[in-house]
Amino acid sequence: MDILNAIVLLLNYTIIPALSYGSQLALGAIFVTLIYGVLRFANFATGDMMSFGTMFAVLLTFYFQSIGISLGVLPTALLTIPFAIIMMILYMLSIDKFVFSYYRVKKSPPVVLAMVSVGVMFVTQAIIRIIIGPFDRRFLDGEKFILKANEFKEITGLNEGLTIKSTQAITIVVTIIVVSIMFWFLNKTKTGTSMRAYSDNEDLALLSGIDPKKVVLLTWIIAGILATVGGVLYGLDKSYKPFVYFNNMLPIFAAAIVGGIGNPLGAFLGGYVVAFGEILITYAYKKFFTYILPSSLEPNSLMQLLSTDYKFAVSFSILVIVLLFRPSGIFKGLRI
Amino acid sequence: MAFFEGNNMTAGYGTGPDIINSCSINVNRGEIVAILGPNGAGKSTAMKAMLGLLKLKSGSILIDGKDITSLSPQDRVKSGISFVPQTRNVFADLTVRENLEIGAFLRTDDVDKVIDEIYELFPILNEKKSQVVGELSGGQRQQVALGRALMIRPSVLMLDEPTAGVSPIVMNELFHHIIKVKNTNVAVIMVEQNAKQALSISDRGYVLVTGQNKFEGSGNELLQDPEVRRSFLGG
Repeated sequence: MDILNAIVLLLNYTIIPALSYGSQLALGAIFVTLIYGVLRFANFATGDMMSFGTMFAVLLTFYFQSIGISLGVLPTALLTIPFAIIMMILYMLSIDKFVFSYYRVKKSPPVVLAMVSVGVMFVTQAIIRIIIGPFDRRFLDGEKFILKANEFKEITGLNEGLTIKSTQAITIVVTIIVVSIMFWFLNKTKTGTSMRAYSDNEDLALLSGIDPKKVVLLTWIIAGILATVGGVLYGLDKSYKPFVYFNNMLPIFAAAIVGGIGNPLGAFLGGYVVAFGEILITYAYKKFFTYILPSSLEPNSLMQLLSTDYKFAVSFSILVIVLLFRPSGIFKGLRI
Repeated sequence: MAFFEGNNMTAGYGTGPDIINSCSINVNRGEIVAILGPNGAGKSTAMKAMLGLLKLKSGSILIDGKDITSLSPQDRVKSGISFVPQTRNVFADLTVRENLEIGAFLRTDDVDKVIDEIYELFPILNEKKSQVVGELSGGQRQQVALGRALMIRPSVLMLDEPTAGVSPIVMNELFHHIIKVKNTNVAVIMVEQNAKQALSISDRGYVLVTGQNKFEGSGNELLQDPEVRRSFLGG
């Protein structure tokens, strides 16, 4: 019984939260890795682009609620995602046309493009501030829980409850769907293969007749989908704070680099590595050990390696360790 | 008149000096032509000019009597000119089959049939079709590079030092494959450092010196020519 309690405890406080947080990071990390692989620069506007897409989902959710459209038990925000994606893609394409394309045509070195993306980041933050303001907003409606702690305790008779928030389940399901479609597209379609070819060897891709403009356009479209979906899922789960997304860039970049930058599958798995790292290292294991150890060995401290305030330190450490020992990332496989 | 001609080509990089000067090269279908010469003679430059990677200051490029001097490299690919660069000539992260599919990117008809033809020409590619090209040996990679270039069923195939950095055994094998390609009625132009071996499989050869045609003739003529032997073939 104690073993079961210990397992449920870990599931409830570490594994399920890490799976959903990892999914949100994974979407951001694939975004980073795609832009890096195809357009060849580190996009520092990643976090704020995710925030920008989410902003439209939030505004549209409020609008839909005001005119009485809802999805019943599911959050209305899911309905707004397609519209938010369109706005996001339009924004990205205009940024690309007016800012990035100039440096791409000039064949500027990647570091210049990265600095340009810092400028885009500031502008994006300013636009968000003007449109929606810096305040915290909850836009989650519908059923909040799939499984409540009390119900779980009643059903199983265990001491520990297991809570599954609907946002966690939605996050995992939506991520699996989006990522599967994306991998199918990249690996199985002619256009997806041409994107990977362009990323692998630009000159030879041009000699094979691949149109670079089309590849760039497609990259932004896929990036827009990933950024908006990732941003909305994170916002639903934790409430929409416009500038929290900026902070999330550290774990997102860590995930992309852990997975081998330029490798979407690696970035996907990297998201979970970083999320599990952060949560497992900052979780207080006192109760867990109370269940599995005899009472004489019961710990009297919290058994927490690091305070949760340091969770970004964990992703930073993972990043540094990977860069020191496996600079090309820990996952092999096809690189985009 | 030859099938594919570069006439009196003069060109250089950017605003720099002219690398090739009134240089002329032509090739017919079913023929291998080697471009030889010392380092810096403009061999690769001549080839790049024919491909359109370099703007001509004067001269013209004709294919099948049609002037293509003003076309971009991509458009020349569409008119049947395929190129295998010296380095980075495969998609190392893609599988063999994907490399071939990308080679056929401009084709709209049934690609599988062309891929089968390539497998017939290079049986090893069929064996390794789902392997990532980065994991193949140098000789196999060169076959992938040739196969990719052949996917558009080109009428002209240009090879920039196809045997650079491969062992003598692989080199012979590659030359053997190039002859097979020629026998499918393709015009082959290659720039080569291994002059003797290249001439032995070539129908004709050009020797360039400082960007100009110095000698030209059939492979055997050049191999026998005492002056060519003394200057370029090492006695």
